[in-house]
Amino acid sequence: MTTLVTRPEAVVEPPEEAHGPSGLVKWITSTDHKVIGRSYTITAFLFFLVAGSMAIIIRTQLASPDNTIVSQHVYNELFTMHGSVMLYLFAGPFAFGGLANFIVPLQIGAPDMAFPRLNALSYWLYLSGGIIMLLGFVTTSGAADFGWVAYAPLSNSINTPGAGPDMWIVALVLTGFSAIFTGVNICATVFYLRAPGLTMFRMSIFTWNMLVTAILILIAFPVLTAALVMLWCDRHIGSHIFTVAGGGVPVLWQNLFWFFGHPEVYILALPYFGAVTDVLAVFSRKPVFGYKGMIFATIAIAALSTSVWAHHMFTTGTVLLPFFSIMSYLIAVPTGIKFFNWIGTMWRGSITFNTPMLFAVGFLVVFLFGGVTGIFLASPPVDFAMHDTYFVVAHFHEVLFGTVVFGGFSALTYWYPKYTGRMLNDFLGKISFWLMFIGFWVTFVPQYLLGEAGMPRRIAEYLPNMGWTTLNRVSTAGAYMLFLSVAVMLVNFVEAWRRPIPAGDNPWDAHTLEWATSSPPPHHNFYWIPPIRSERPVWDHYHPEHPVEREHPPRTGGDEVAAARSTARPDSRAQFGSAATARGSVNPEGPSHEPRAAGDPGDDHEGQS
Amino acid sequence: MPPRRRAHAKAFGRRGPILVLVGLALAAGGCTYPTFGASHGADVQGQEIGKLYSGMFMAGLVVAAIVWGLIAWSVFRYRRKKHDNSIPRQFQEHIPLEITYTILPLVIVIIIFAFTVITENEVDAVSKRPAQTVDVTGYQWGWIFSYQNANGLTLRTQGAVRSFPAAKGYTADVYPQLVLPEGRPTKIVLRSADVVHEFYVHAFNFGRFAQPGVTNVFEFTPVQTGVFPAQCSEYCGLYHSEMLFSVRVVAYPRYESWLRYQEHHLNQIPKHYPLTQR
Amino acid sequence: MKAEGTVLLVIGAFFGVVAIVYWFWSGETSGTAMLTGAFLLGLLPGSYYLWWSRRMRPRPEDDPHAEREEGAGVVGAFPSSSIWPFVLGLSAASVGLALVFGSWTAIVGFVVAAAAVIGVIRESRRGGVV
Ligand code: HEM
Ligand SMILES: [Cu+2]
Ligand SMILES: [Cu+2]
Repeated sequence: MTTLVTRPEAVVEPPEEAHGPSGLVKWITSTDHKVIGRSYTITAFLFFLVAGSMAIIIRTQLASPDNTIVSQHVYNELFTMHGSVMLYLFAGPFAFGGLANFIVPLQIGAPDMAFPRLNALSYWLYLSGGIIMLLGFVTTSGAADFGWVAYAPLSNSINTPGAGPDMWIVALVLTGFSAIFTGVNICATVFYLRAPGLTMFRMSIFTWNMLVTAILILIAFPVLTAALVMLWCDRHIGSHIFTVAGGGVPVLWQNLFWFFGHPEVYILALPYFGAVTDVLAVFSRKPVFGYKGMIFATIAIAALSTSVWAHHMFTTGTVLLPFFSIMSYLIAVPTGIKFFNWIGTMWRGSITFNTPMLFAVGFLVVFLFGGVTGIFLASPPVDFAMHDTYFVVAHFHEVLFGTVVFGGFSALTYWYPKYTGRMLNDFLGKISFWLMFIGFWVTFVPQYLLGEAGMPRRIAEYLPNMGWTTLNRVSTAGAYMLFLSVAVMLVNFVEAWRRPIPAGDNPWDAHTLEWATSSPPPHHNFYWIPPIRSERPVWDHYHPEHPVEREHPPRTGGDEVAAARSTARPDSRAQFGSAATARGSVNPEGPSHEPRAAGDPGDDHEGQS
Repeated sequence: MPPRRRAHAKAFGRRGPILVLVGLALAAGGCTYPTFGASHGADVQGQEIGKLYSGMFMAGLVVAAIVWGLIAWSVFRYRRKKHDNSIPRQFQEHIPLEITYTILPLVIVIIIFAFTVITENEVDAVSKRPAQTVDVTGYQWGWIFSYQNANGLTLRTQGAVRSFPAAKGYTADVYPQLVLPEGRPTKIVLRSADVVHEFYVHAFNFGRFAQPGVTNVFEFTPVQTGVFPAQCSEYCGLYHSEMLFSVRVVAYPRYESWLRYQEHHLNQIPKHYPLTQR
Repeated sequence: MKAEGTVLLVIGAFFGVVAIVYWFWSGETSGTAMLTGAFLLGLLPGSYYLWWSRRMRPRPEDDPHAEREEGAGVVGAFPSSSIWPFVLGLSAASVGLALVFGSWTAIVGFVVAAAAVIGVIRESRRGGVV
């Protein structure tokens, strides 16, 4: 069923809601970005629980030296699948499949994603890829056990034979295509479906970050897919791209993989940066500080992140150390800008600490230290000392857990009312936050110390006389706390489902367009859109007397009386001049001109051709 | 290291003023600089890295403390009071401030980069006439250390892991041991026989991939005698956890006599020492 | 359109510069090739958008003063449900599994995929009265 979508110009009576399919049929056939976004979110969260459970087993094994809760083989499968599921099936899809899918069209006033059926295809590729990856566990060889980076030649058919590793490869190709399709979809949506007046420099930071993420996906994922195809050829049709014996170059795999792998960690991080930025602004009741600087920083991070891949290869002895070192350091500059802008956003604000805000501040605190230790590792000599130790494990959990879980929970609790129309319990949310915040440091500070004491990563057992036992015990205890925190969050979801508290359209007094429609939004999203005269249309609508203060009113700020404009640009738009409104003033009655017939084929404002 | 890069490294090494700065910093730090749990380094190269790490850690802590402080201040100072429903000023930009906090991190990272390059060149330098060259080969799952002696004989030390079927019957001290002379540079030529391994000696603050198809060359100049536990740190398959070895540093005369002794016992597995001393 | 094109071009130009620096400093081929690819990825769509932006009037979403009614009207045809993405996804998965197990699932996968593609196209024809 195809619906012709027209954009409302003023308040429109909600049409009779079309009664489409429901239940399982709806889940399978829907191409509505909200249904798909919700499916993505739930699926990704389930994968998070799966990978989290693996982490608990890993930590339990490491709680004692020479432990044999799982065999070495199973341990190797577990950390490989923990890393793979977390990165490929949870962190990324949760952001660009779940949050972006649901929120980006709403934030730009679009009725859906640009390519709804491609969007649905993305989800099915992702789901089948995820299931195939996990099914590796039931093959005779077991799941893949070469680490989430699958270094050649360990990943070839001699060293890691069997169906499980092949399923890992196929799963990554499927989810990789799903990510690429989503990337295309987000770019097209942002470029072509924005509401009138919503210029690029009025998009929320979340939408901006998603756009940049989508571009990064398009740069990075094809390289991964190509590398996986090469690996498959090596495994199955006897090519020798990555084997020395056949004249291949094993280190090529590392170059290809990390050319994808480092942008990938920013593909995971940028969406959550964006979400946290929105949350900080809303709960401080202030606009984002340094809005343009924030966008510049996002683009700079994305660009730099694609020129630093070999900082993961410092110890191979084959890379240009100073180049990759300085490029990695330079990322600290835009990241620093972001930090100060986040602080500037809270500065002199009026901050309330609901659950989303707590998680957002938690993200700031945690991510900061992850970033600082990242700077250490960008120094090749320090990396020689710390590479592949638990110092690195602690570092990347601090950045990944900080963005994906703290940032992700912040986003999830912030948009939960929009997703479902219900509020979460703030008290349970806070308990969950504090458990997570404390548990996090208890888990990962000992891992820093273990790394400094020389404990390598990816080892299933260690000798009792190495002096690592106590720190490992503490870390394991912290992991159990994290488990508890997630359990409390789950209870919160169940509570909200069993005893709904209606949320209303705009429970947080928020800024951006998604809060202008109902919760959850109707099919095709909007019956009414406020005038867009800044990056905070909904705020401007509810607080017309509190617009953004600008030092230098920009020429494009919309401050001018639009009547002046209609004389300056005597094109077809002049006929609407009478409806012009100054910034901030609201005209809920709608403009006073003849509405255009819906479906008017003469509409030339889309500008596609 | 390709020649082009080495030439470049030299050019950096000549930056006198920066060296003076480093010297000052190190003199101020003295011998008791904190490493926050990391190794101080039992060889010359490792000590350099330990100092760099220590300096960066302290700088990092200061930066982190400042930013954490700012976060804490804004969180506590600007929380909304009860029944206060006023709306704060809606300011959004402060261009001079924004420029400042763009330039500041830039300056900091450039300084850190300078220190990094200096240390990097010291650590990567290989002297022309090392006292000894040892060929190290990593394989699944063990290490081979071969010493070239004056008579052109090659002495091999080899060991496997506990769980490896071929090693059945061995006790924990089958782990191979690398013997190095104290105070003299030893050149290590590192290769892999199969997959990627990492030759990682925590006491030396140093790890380097045994990368198939690549020969890596580097140098240790131990300054401390003793036995140091070490192990493969790049995941290399099933028994990666057990790919342990140790490094034994002895005074130079003892090293020479050890080498001579080994000559007469060729084809015998040299005596192994328990992984940790005492 | 102009802002969109510029963003892509700026990112592309950055990779162009980095690719040149990297090539002359390191002489390493794979990285240079990938950076060049990233450069083209920014250049092609970026210059296309910029080229178009000069040939058309700013769209309402490019115009900071645009009124809501300027964007009113048909946005496009959006399917609200379709079974074909699901079918296509499943057939892709079965082709994928065939790569692992080398079995007959590949044939089934390709046939079903072809059917799904035909289905999608017919669906668009039917609904596509834009
Ligand atoms: C729930 C709390 C978590 C705990 C307790 C935990 C614990 C661990 C541990 C102990 C390892 C090291 C295993 C080893 O090297 O032997 C590990 C590896 C890893 N973790 Fe986590 N983790 C958690 C959450 C996450 C999250 C949220 C992410 C990413 C979004 C993540 C991504 C990874 C990755 C990529 C690896 C590396 C896997 C590899 O070495 O191939 N983890 N985790
Ligand atoms: Cu990286
Ligand atoms: Cu290993």
